[in-house]
Amino acid sequence: MPKLTIQDLAKMRDDARKHIALREGGEHRARITVHMGTCGIAAGARDIMKTVLEEVEKAGVGDILVTTSGCGGLCSHEPMATVELADETPVKYIDLTPEKTRKIFGEHLLAGKPIMEFALAIGSERRG
Amino acid sequence: MNDLSLHILDVAENSVTAGATVLEIRVVEDPVADRLIIEITDDGKGMDEATLQAARDPFMTTKKKIKQVGLGLPFLAESAQISGGDLQIESILGAGTRITATMGYHHIDRRPLGDLRATITTLVIGNPKVEFRFSHVVENREYIFTTWEFKEKLNHTSLSSAAGIRALKESLAQGEAGLR
Ligand SMILES: Nc1ncnc2c1ncn2[C@@H]1O[C@H](COP(=O)(O)OP(=O)(O)OP(=O)(O)O)[C@@H](O)[C@H]1O
Ligand SMILES: [Mg+2]
Repeated sequence: MPKLTIQDLAKMRDDARKHIALREGGEHRARITVHMGTCGIAAGARDIMKTVLEEVEKAGVGDILVTTSGCGGLCSHEPMATVELADETPVKYIDLTPEKTRKIFGEHLLAGKPIMEFALAIGSERRG
Repeated sequence: MNDLSLHILDVAENSVTAGATVLEIRVVEDPVADRLIIEITDDGKGMDEATLQAARDPFMTTKKKIKQVGLGLPFLAESAQISGGDLQIESILGAGTRITATMGYHHIDRRPLGDLRATITTLVIGNPKVEFRFSHVVENREYIFTTWEFKEKLNHTSLSSAAGIRALKESLAQGEAGLR
């Protein structure tokens, strides 16, 4: 295997950069972030992401931003996701299953009503 | 981690955490040479010597420290080693990192590849500001997917819109189908 060099990395970057025209700019009414740390992935976070994407397709919407982030910080409560609506405090959902995710999608992301029984606590996901 | 596609997702998320803007994922299936290679290269912040040592050799430390170092890379190293392969970590501080896992393709303990498309979909949609190049080689065929070509095709449709998700899934399904 050839050794990794600065030149390899520069080439990889240039290949991508020279093609990039315009970046994602659109307006988003809501955002859901699925946590993808090792514990989350081992607990099924990718299936939660899959469910969210299926729900977006079913609803035919284009104004919900779906992203992933690193570890949610609470390994024993993974999979986790954070839902943010414009002007509202983010809600962190824990111990997710595809079923819970579908409910959260319909009631919180589409209808605007958080499901507090699935939530950890109201507050920002940012920590440490 | 039950399958290799979940390992790929996990290790690629390390790259994103390290601030990568471009990430290359290569999966090479070579049954004739009895080799399966997974290579993940990023232009993130890289690792200093101490981090590199800890990431390479977590089992040298006490149990408590293992937890501090993290589980992602040791898990992948284990998956590689049980199937007659190994894990290589190369990093240039301030420039990037490459993780290479090799495995015996036909080894009885080699984990299945799993759902590669779900992993790529999750990475691409979940990290709209990161550019990905995914290359999948099966014997003498190769499928290459790049986010820059895909986003150009999408025109200004948002990646995480219904139309964007559908287009991505279709693109990956078609590309992967051409390999078998
Ligand atoms: N691509 C990378 N670029 C820079 N540093 C990295 C990269 N991959 C791993 N590291 C460093 O190696 C450490 C160990 O990675 P590992 O995936 O094993 O654990 P972790 O990500 O810290 O935690 P966990 O995976 O258990 O959630 C990371 O904390 C990070 O400091
Ligand atoms: Mg990790």
